[in-house]
Amino acid sequence: MPGSGSRSGVSYDARGLVEPHAELPENIEVDGGRARFDAADLTIRQINMALRKLIYNDGISDVTVLNPASKHSLAVGILKRCRIHFEGSPGWFACGLIDGPEVTINGRVGWSVAENMMSGVVTIERSAGSLTGAAIRGGDLIVKGDVGARTGIDQKGGTIIVTGDVGINTGFMMQRGRQIICGNAGMNLGDSMYDGAIYVAGKVRSLGVDCVPGEWDDDDTELIDRKFRIHGLGDPPEFQKFVCGKQLHNYDALEPSERKLVIH
Amino acid sequence: MCGIAGVIHRDGTADIGAELTAMLQSMKHRGPDSTGYAVYGPADDLVVIRFVLAEPNRSTGFGMEERLERNRAEVESRLAKIGAEVATVTSDTGYAFRATIRYGGDLKALADYLEDVPGCEVLSLGSSLEIIKDLGDAETVSGQYRLGSFRGTHGIGHVRMATESEVDLASAHPYWAYPFADVAVVHNGQLTNYHQWRRRLEQHGHRFQSECDSEIIAVYLAEYMSRGLSLETAMKHSLDDLDGVFTYVCVTGNELGIAKDEMAAKPLVLFESEPLVAVATEEVAIRAVVKREVETRDPYEREVLVWQV
Repeated sequence: MPGSGSRSGVSYDARGLVEPHAELPENIEVDGGRARFDAADLTIRQINMALRKLIYNDGISDVTVLNPASKHSLAVGILKRCRIHFEGSPGWFACGLIDGPEVTINGRVGWSVAENMMSGVVTIERSAGSLTGAAIRGGDLIVKGDVGARTGIDQKGGTIIVTGDVGINTGFMMQRGRQIICGNAGMNLGDSMYDGAIYVAGKVRSLGVDCVPGEWDDDDTELIDRKFRIHGLGDPPEFQKFVCGKQLHNYDALEPSERKLVIH
Repeated sequence: MCGIAGVIHRDGTADIGAELTAMLQSMKHRGPDSTGYAVYGPADDLVVIRFVLAEPNRSTGFGMEERLERNRAEVESRLAKIGAEVATVTSDTGYAFRATIRYGGDLKALADYLEDVPGCEVLSLGSSLEIIKDLGDAETVSGQYRLGSFRGTHGIGHVRMATESEVDLASAHPYWAYPFADVAVVHNGQLTNYHQWRRRLEQHGHRFQSECDSEIIAVYLAEYMSRGLSLETAMKHSLDDLDGVFTYVCVTGNELGIAKDEMAAKPLVLFESEPLVAVATEEVAIRAVVKREVETRDPYEREVLVWQV
């Protein structure tokens, strides 16, 4: 049991915010390059301490966390390629700021899963709360259920796939990337988006400001087929494509003073 | 911030005091300033009144003990004068009281008459509703008022992080929907047309005990229900009339309802099974009463849902 009960030589938190009296859990089972532990009776900090130690210090590349019990902020800021499995449902802010991990969540998640993800894959087997994939920069985020409001708000890259419905203000101020919604979309889809594309198979309750139907091309078909194939989602349904109408913001490369000269 | 929670058992009574305490304590990070409960025990022919005679942080000091005793005697005297037969009057704190009375008259007149006693605020009135609120986290308040043994069918609770008004009992939730018996509300959010609705409702004879925007919802629902509307219809009206971002949970003697504003900006998670419905700001509160993996969902924008006991 590597390092259990000992913190010597391990840097758990760059800001020195180690929980007072937080000790590494003693119930970590290691088998070769894999590890697993039960999180039911652990604090958030203990769970994250264990994950970071196993992944960064012990070189474990495959960690299973049992019974996360809706605890918040689990597996945040992991910047290394590895596999993390949650058997159960984490709470809010799961897998935020990650860069590289492949995460599977055999449960549901609360608000703000994978917020600011840079790269990697997060797959959720059930539903998710609001702000799913907020401001992601890259990677794939797959939700096999419904999600709440403001999915992919401020998205700057990557792909979000939802097999169910999404709520109000999905894709609000989206700047790049793709959203593939297999169910229905709530009001104000793509409101004030700058760029990127949103594909919806079901009904759209209303489009947001400057979100318009887009022209379908072969690249759209290739992207959706590829993503469905990679993530084992079966045959994709038919989608409508929505993009930015580019009437709301300025899209030239001119400074405001230069624009004044050109226009006048 | 703030956290709200509610449970309703559709197959009989349960330890709802302990259940709500577990839910609210798991959300202590959302608000440690005060905790409140609106719980429903078995209804009988007695009217239950929960009232306070002083704010907790102003209940001690020179002459305060005598003043509280004098005002308590005045409350009992007024109950007798208005024609109520007092069965019991008890207190766990010295400033918060629980009375049971036999009374068949107008509850608004009763509440107004009692609140004329200096420092008196009627927290709740009804045949089964009891509102308990005080400063501190859920375990503190539950221990103080012995809620661990409270059995009932349904209830709601609130943990408060004071942002726009005082850390005091008047600003703590839940709010009773004065003057409606057995109706209470907890809320998470901000109402931006508070003053407009407060003026309108005051013109209709309603009274407010706090400067907290959440109190508007309880009084608003009371106003609409006084016109004969059901709880569900009144809640649907509220989505058109109340501006801002909000999620609230309302309870009556036999119902629990939730409403979410049109932006769905404030969180609420719902777990629904045949015997039990539980709602809370965060999943972690649901897990405090349902100790297994369950399917929960976020209600969408403008969603109003009501369940009966």
